[in-house]
Amino acid sequence: MKPFAFERARDVDHALSLAAVSPGARFLAGGTNLLDLMKLEIEQPPRLIDVGRLPLADIAETAGGGLRIGALATNTAVASDPKVRSRYPALARAILAGGSVQLRNKATVGGNLMQRTRCPYFMDAAKPCNKRLPGSGCSAMDGLSSTLALFGASEMCIAVSPSDMSVALAAFDAVAETVRADGSVQRRSVETLHRLPGEAPQVDTDLAPDELILAVELPPPPEGGQAWRKVRARASYTGALASVAVAGDRVALGAVAARPWRARAAEAALADGASPAEAAAAELASAEGEDGRKALVRRLAADVIRQAREGVGS
Amino acid sequence: MSTVRDWAAPNPVTENRSGLIGKPVDRYEGRLKVTGTAPYAYEVETPAPPLFGHIVSSTLARGRIASVDISAAEAAPGVVRVWTHLNVPAQAARGTRLNPRSQRASNPALESDRVEHYGQSVAFVLADTPENARAAGGLVRITYEAESADLDFLSSLDQAGPAPGEEDARIGDFEAGYTASEVTVDATWFSPLQNHAQMEPCATTAWWEGDKVVVHTSIQMVKGGQHALAETLGVPSDRVRLFTRYIGGGFGGKGQSYDDLTLAALGARETGRPVRVAYTRQQMFQATIHRPAVQMRVRLGADRSGRLNAMALEAVTHCARNAPFVEHAANFARNLYAAPNRLTGHRLVRLDIPHAGAMRAPGEAPGMLSLECAMDELAETLGLDPIELRIRNEPEVDPDNAKPFSVRQLVRCMQEGAQQFGWERRNPVPGAVREGRWYVGMGMATAIRGNFLLPAKAGLRLTGDGVATLTQGMTDIGTGTYTILAQITGETLGLTLDQVRVELGDSDMPPAPGSGGQFGAATAGSAAYETGMVMRRRLAELAAGDPRSPLYGEDPTLMDFANGNIVLGNRSESLAALAARAGPEGVYVEGGISPAADARDWSQHTYGAQFAEVGVDSVTGEVRLRRMFGVFAAGRILNAKLAKSQITGGMIWGVGAALTESNPVDPRYGSFLHQDLGGYLAPVHADIVNLDAVLLDEADDKANPMGIKGVGELGICGAGAAIANAVYNACGVRLRDYPLTPDKVLAALEAKGL
Amino acid sequence: MLTTIRVNGVDHDVDVDPRTSLLDLLREGLDLKGTKKGCDHGQCGACTVLVNGVRINACLSLAVMHDGDAVVTVEGLASGELLHPVQQAFLTEDAFQCGYCTPGQICSAVGLLAEVAAGQPSEATADLDGPVTLTDAEIRERMSGNICRCSAYPQILAAVRRAAGAAA
Repeated sequence: MKPFAFERARDVDHALSLAAVSPGARFLAGGTNLLDLMKLEIEQPPRLIDVGRLPLADIAETAGGGLRIGALATNTAVASDPKVRSRYPALARAILAGGSVQLRNKATVGGNLMQRTRCPYFMDAAKPCNKRLPGSGCSAMDGLSSTLALFGASEMCIAVSPSDMSVALAAFDAVAETVRADGSVQRRSVETLHRLPGEAPQVDTDLAPDELILAVELPPPPEGGQAWRKVRARASYTGALASVAVAGDRVALGAVAARPWRARAAEAALADGASPAEAAAAELASAEGEDGRKALVRRLAADVIRQAREGVGS
Repeated sequence: MSTVRDWAAPNPVTENRSGLIGKPVDRYEGRLKVTGTAPYAYEVETPAPPLFGHIVSSTLARGRIASVDISAAEAAPGVVRVWTHLNVPAQAARGTRLNPRSQRASNPALESDRVEHYGQSVAFVLADTPENARAAGGLVRITYEAESADLDFLSSLDQAGPAPGEEDARIGDFEAGYTASEVTVDATWFSPLQNHAQMEPCATTAWWEGDKVVVHTSIQMVKGGQHALAETLGVPSDRVRLFTRYIGGGFGGKGQSYDDLTLAALGARETGRPVRVAYTRQQMFQATIHRPAVQMRVRLGADRSGRLNAMALEAVTHCARNAPFVEHAANFARNLYAAPNRLTGHRLVRLDIPHAGAMRAPGEAPGMLSLECAMDELAETLGLDPIELRIRNEPEVDPDNAKPFSVRQLVRCMQEGAQQFGWERRNPVPGAVREGRWYVGMGMATAIRGNFLLPAKAGLRLTGDGVATLTQGMTDIGTGTYTILAQITGETLGLTLDQVRVELGDSDMPPAPGSGGQFGAATAGSAAYETGMVMRRRLAELAAGDPRSPLYGEDPTLMDFANGNIVLGNRSESLAALAARAGPEGVYVEGGISPAADARDWSQHTYGAQFAEVGVDSVTGEVRLRRMFGVFAAGRILNAKLAKSQITGGMIWGVGAALTESNPVDPRYGSFLHQDLGGYLAPVHADIVNLDAVLLDEADDKANPMGIKGVGELGICGAGAAIANAVYNACGVRLRDYPLTPDKVLAALEAKGL
Repeated sequence: MLTTIRVNGVDHDVDVDPRTSLLDLLREGLDLKGTKKGCDHGQCGACTVLVNGVRINACLSLAVMHDGDAVVTVEGLASGELLHPVQQAFLTEDAFQCGYCTPGQICSAVGLLAEVAAGQPSEATADLDGPVTLTDAEIRERMSGNICRCSAYPQILAAVRRAAGAAA
């Protein structure tokens, strides 16, 4: 790990002002992804701004009947919250499918949104990777990794987001509220918080360096059933080969793109009266990649949509 | 030379009058392990504050180091030394054996500019803290000149050559027999490269005491490690004192030493400070040995009744270019089923990747994943139950050499297993059982693994407090060696377990071969037993010759040992009193075991039957274990609790082999795709559902004086095949490409229109 | 960087390199080597400790993040010679072999029992609105963040069950 300066933020303003004057600095919350990457020298921030003790962990109902989850609420706190469990069970399920209890006890909502890809070639500093070292090439494109993007990839990068939680958040139309050092507050859709790789895969999100996630807001849960499922070779403690979250008439796919992938084509087909299988096929029509991956996502999406509609629960 | 007839007479272990043999006592060192106070190699207390080493690994597969720049690393905070091949202290040339009896030759680190595999050590940093050492490692700049390399096994199969010094084993005329068979199976299986993934990374703590180096390292073979380091340093082996008292998993991967041992010893010598060096998890994957991939063609020919007429297993496997190793994946078949016409053999591909080597049940573990599925296919073709097919091919004598079996309860294992597992509830029609979105199926397979006895010694001291201390240059890698040696010693001397101590893992102690090949318990245990018998004779003679003893003048051969006493008729004396009179050091004896001259006149194996029930997700192709059960026969069991732990642990390795474990080589770089425990999927707790095993009553009087055999590797044998057969029974998909991951299962389901 | 940390009931004022993980502070700085380093990347669970009563991976946390925190490691569970019920259950059920993952497994199980008592759900919880009961499936899923390569999982399950019974 490269040496760095460590500073604990006294309050949000202090955190933001430190970030504004510290090029390359990173906010540190739970640290479960950032420290992992720093040990591998994939991340080499000269300064860490510890925001872990800022009072941003509340989970409260909003005036509009939704839920506001503080960015520093741990994954465990969110999945254990009675409001989340009863009204957003697909979100609770998605969180509980991620990592291990130990990781979820430490990892925060904001950190989960900011986590970087686990593409094995990104995680190995000795390999070419445009996301890690722009212009070095993409080792994954012709590599051995089994979890590549089906949607929104570019010639530069084919990595996927590893977040399970954000797939459910995308299905709930969740919004991330952020603040910058100049006091400006922005509301960004979780669905599009992460950029597609395009020509600049090294830039994960549109967030400015001094922009801090304060909270995630969920609108009231949509009418209709919810369901979540995650596919993996091992029964627990591993990343998704694919995942699907369904909330009412909204469908999001996981581990298929650099961001949680809202299946708009599938949703449109469902609105037109298509069956779950037809809707899933409509979404996969635009997918690019290996046939087996496409078949997995198509079958999974159809089944989870059906499950949500039948109200089987998740 | 002894004979197995010497072992036939009743002895304290086989009579088991105190009942210590077989007793499910708690692990001897268990309290230390559950309190976190068992010091592993990296953790031992040092005589002075240590320095910390970090190894820098090659990112090239084959070629040479073109340039080195260590200036930034040397200037980094806390750095004490930075070594590459240009400035590492002198070591003996690779392969040097100053002492011809050294079990291992010189194994120098950073020896030259040559790079022979990805992950090879290319630089070493010593610093005041682990953080500084590792950060400085990142500042070492090395450029390489690449040379062409052979990295991809499957695309190099045409380069496969004979395994060195080996010929195919042929009995009868396989080709003729196969051609004449009414029913045949001809299929090829692939078992991938796997990693040991021990939880404790390789590590060494070293310091010097004068001209003698003390090393605590994590290694399965005490003498091998001591000799390798002595030869590398160019010193006699008595100037290396090696300790390996607690080992955080080995599984064959720590059968040898690695560069942490060499560099820690050199670093400590050059700086005059104790040094700690550990491999990173990434280095464990890239720079230690692995189980090589095996491609196995199996051909079976049988008549309509299911009797095998011809059987061939032809394995192709791989090893590092300059480190020969053969995964003997076909050998087990030689002893398993009767068939008059037989062919087994191995071909080897040399690759420029890290060294292949032994991993839990080398040979059987990947090999049985093929034949035991081929038998399932044959049974289905014949319309026979898989157990019945195997019973019809049960040999009277070893089909490889016509030797009698010492004891063989394979059929009983299958029959008892079938009964307890509920095998009769299996629907033989694939895909016939459905629960919700799950296809459900059952499968079975047999298990066979050889039994070995190697020469070993032990020391035993009885002191005036009545405590017997067994010492042996043996290891306990989690197998239970400490515990069973205490049980054997206690039973042999008529002592309770709290009157017995066991000290292992010290090169100054009487030597034993270490842990591997499931020979540990039989080998180390037999030596402990024999040493106990030496002690009995010695104590009896002492008593008979000592006027102060109540047994003075009596015939020592008639004296018995019980309840801490030496006894004859109604006279007795405590062992404590006897030892106290012998002096402050008590009584010390050494003893040992050698294989009997005629032991190999019998075919000696351990056996088992594996049963599995799985669910296959009809939507996603995920395979999940629903239950698993095994019945095993492995001689007399020394500790029912610990033996079962060994067996179920092995079965779980079979689950990993069947469903998740694989590490492909990236042919562009020569590195493994997975270099951490997030990518390489060893089973986690949620994967293992309702798994249990039983061990049959048995004693093998041809194996050793105690009639015991090994259990450490038997559990993995056939376990994965039972799961693959269950997958077929569940959903009708025959997959011969391990592991059976969701992508492969789903592709097969799609191909069937499911 | 000056940091005050309470470990197993003892306060320590330490001056740590900001890069030092909580794991390395425990092992190197405080000589509490019971907590193990298996992967150093949160992928094995051998370094599991309890921070303010909650189990985390000590390898993925910086020591300086824990100023003022109370940490319990495997060395802090027993009361003198009397083992913690989870430790005793691991010993009785032979829930370990090589022992290297064991301190993490034990701390994890201690954390697990508290989480279940607090009603926190897991992926194995069938009904998120209902009470949490400690089924075998719950134990297996909740202990899945601790890899045991010796594969003592059936015995670990039995040990956690035994300890849960003792705690009830």
